[in-house]
Amino acid sequence: MDYTIVLLAIFDGLSYAALVFMVAVGLTLIFGVLRILNVAHGSLYAIGAYLTASIGGAIFAAGFAPILAFPLMLIAAALVGILLGGPIEYLLLRRIYHKPEVLQLLVTFAVFMILEDVQRLVWGNQPYFEASALQMLGNIQVFGVYYTVYQLILLPVVAALTLIGLRVFLRKTLTGRLITAVTEDREAAQSIGIDANRVYLLTFVVGAGLAGLGGALASPTTSVLPGIGAEMIVLSFAVVATAGLGRIEGAAIAALLIGLGRSAATYTFPELQVLVPYLIMLAVLLVRPEGLFGSPAARKI
Amino acid sequence: MSTHLLEARDLEIRFGGVVAADGVNLTIDEGKNLAIIGPNGAGKTTFLNICTGWLKPSRGQVFFLGEDVTRLPPRKIVQRGVARAFQIPQLFSEHTAMENLLIAVSAREGRQSPFLQMEAQPERDEMRELLDLVGCADVADARVDALSEGRRKLVDIAVALALKPRLLLMDEPTSGVASSEKFEIMDILVKALARADVTSVFVEHDMGIVKNYADEVAVWNAGEVQMRGTPDEILAHPDVIRDVIGEEAA
Amino acid sequence: MTIRHILPAIALLLIATIPFTAPALQILLTLALAKAIAVMGVTLLLRAGQVSFGHALFFGIAAYAAAFVAASSLDDLVVLLIAGTLGAAVSGLIVGLFVVRYRGIFFGMLNLAFSMIFWSVLEKFYHYTGGADGLRLPRPSVLGLSLERAPFELLLFYVTLGLTVALGWFVLRFLGSPVGQLFQTVKTNETRLEYLGISARTTLLKGYVLSAALCGTGGILVAVAQGIVTPSYAYWIRSGEMVFIAVLGGAGSIPGAVVGAVAYEVVRAYAAAFAADIWQLVLGVFLLAVILFAPGGLAGIYEGLANRLSRRDAPSANRKPAAKEVHS
Repeated sequence: MDYTIVLLAIFDGLSYAALVFMVAVGLTLIFGVLRILNVAHGSLYAIGAYLTASIGGAIFAAGFAPILAFPLMLIAAALVGILLGGPIEYLLLRRIYHKPEVLQLLVTFAVFMILEDVQRLVWGNQPYFEASALQMLGNIQVFGVYYTVYQLILLPVVAALTLIGLRVFLRKTLTGRLITAVTEDREAAQSIGIDANRVYLLTFVVGAGLAGLGGALASPTTSVLPGIGAEMIVLSFAVVATAGLGRIEGAAIAALLIGLGRSAATYTFPELQVLVPYLIMLAVLLVRPEGLFGSPAARKI
Repeated sequence: MSTHLLEARDLEIRFGGVVAADGVNLTIDEGKNLAIIGPNGAGKTTFLNICTGWLKPSRGQVFFLGEDVTRLPPRKIVQRGVARAFQIPQLFSEHTAMENLLIAVSAREGRQSPFLQMEAQPERDEMRELLDLVGCADVADARVDALSEGRRKLVDIAVALALKPRLLLMDEPTSGVASSEKFEIMDILVKALARADVTSVFVEHDMGIVKNYADEVAVWNAGEVQMRGTPDEILAHPDVIRDVIGEEAA
Repeated sequence: MTIRHILPAIALLLIATIPFTAPALQILLTLALAKAIAVMGVTLLLRAGQVSFGHALFFGIAAYAAAFVAASSLDDLVVLLIAGTLGAAVSGLIVGLFVVRYRGIFFGMLNLAFSMIFWSVLEKFYHYTGGADGLRLPRPSVLGLSLERAPFELLLFYVTLGLTVALGWFVLRFLGSPVGQLFQTVKTNETRLEYLGISARTTLLKGYVLSAALCGTGGILVAVAQGIVTPSYAYWIRSGEMVFIAVLGGAGSIPGAVVGAVAYEVVRAYAAAFAADIWQLVLGVFLLAVILFAPGGLAGIYEGLANRLSRRDAPSANRKPAAKEVHS
């Protein structure tokens, strides 16, 4: 096989993995701390993408410089985190932390249903495409293959910075340690005066913001249209389940595995492209039900 | 040499750095009720977990009626005739006491028909007697999550007995039961076990219970069976008084 | 015989007269009852404490199986029903062997993943599946008789009503039987289940296959009534709708599933004109409201009223609620 195709497949896989990781890491962070799987996470991704593409389209048409696309992405992520993530945690999730898991799933699923229609109401059914950010950074030649700087360099760098940033934040900063403490033992943490509610709120806002950022970053590379949220929640769950729920570093590795597997399929068996992430997940879960880096829960009797 | 009912050979298991069982050998023979005593955290419950397949030892084997059951899952060992009552009762919280027993009996009989209704099972009277035996007939129709801890423990024992086991393992059967009722319940229980040909092993902290109802006593300490004998011998032994009974009294 | 039993009987009789008293509602109720059968599948799993966000998978598989059979020379309603339900049950067994290893989040989400896989297969392999346009399902014969449209629809209505009652009765028998009771203990205590000598996975699998078959039967009936199958049959929105109706009807209540489905379809038929664009949103808000404020659903509300009435009649109130709630 032509090596340029192999290279292209690797590049595709890498940039795709970076995008999926951005979403999956928020999902797994929220689960790790709140013990809730946020089914609406995919919608937050979609809304991040819609915000960036629609506002970007409007301001660039009005003559503003395309460089503004980058701060716009951060603003979109912050909006998703604060305006959506905040109220969801504060008004809804807070009521159900002590409820059975099935019920928590139903609640976030209901939020998912609501947000899917909110997108349709605000942005309609037509696709949005706004690639100024991608075009501005141009192309780069690597081993004779041309690829966009945005996808080959910017996305992986942002993903890597997010991973490292989260690690440092959780281990070195005071807030991060509070989060870790609450994750490990909520009652003990509360007994020494940690406000668990604030930690939960903060974590959810950050996790939601990461989903929004993932969507913002993805928007220049793809058309934003209804249904991307549903696909993304399933896909990012596949990543998170493959890694083991709550495993941040594991999610990065699983995202790479799934991203590369998917792009390998794109160039060999294109019909299977959408299936590959799930096939990888199923294969991993068959061998290790708790995921690659998860540990089986033991029940005390 | 006749086959033992249950035989543990050279069991070893560790949790992190802690050794819960270190080369344990223990045999249980038909018809002799064995009490296991020892300080908290010595590994008594772990022993029951290994014997029933809940935990796998890192070394050693468990035989039931001569068959190696070490690697079998709990349900397969239960199917061979070992039942268990738990320190924290394991019941179906949304069902009544009677329903818990009826579910147990339908598991015992392997009923598959979707048309036979649970209440219509022929063992209804048998189950009522069992509830009566453990002194819970009056709460037969109450949901078990509404019962006191002591009552739940007794229902838990009845559920285990509903399986008609050869061997019954009980983890502190009367903890949580009011002390005024303990002896009465043990009286009935031990008689019922004898009548039904069930051998029992029970982990116990109450030396009064051990003295009155065990045929044999094994002392479990620091991951080992340190001593075994009749209740009179063991309870009078100075080491036991110092390590076990002393701790209980404290 | 109490008011508790009389009211449902009257309601069923009223529904049975619909083709003559309100013919405009006939097709609507056919669809509603067909969905009710599918929702029973989701309700069944709720009794074991599990929620599936992907049961439209079996709804879709059975509908497509029926469409394939209808395209052959065997296009008879009875054959379609048997083939489709069998297809759903077999795929339920295969998917079930995998998903019964999981509970809670994983159970719900893996089911969603399977349904999304099937959905994208339907969309991609358009040579076989017709892609997004789906497949036509021409009106089948009934036991060899070719019927005109009107008598066929009338017959389909009664077949659906009959199946709803028969399958509903069967599921209730199943839940009350030893196998069904063991199935429900997966929700409360798997440790004890294991120590009764029973495999929780096998037990859950039995119920899972039954739930898949129920969803399948519902899917075939909807497909036959609409004359077309599309990938939307297997899409997450359909799964979400089923979960919604199950929770609305009363989590775990089989009669609740039927009442919920009928109420849902009737409201949708009239409200959709005003709220077509925000239908999911309305459902989501309602779902939240039911979960947070009326966790027993319609069945719970009905039980509450019936209890109050019967308490007025006789002082001996029911000892425990008949509908076992998921959230208690």
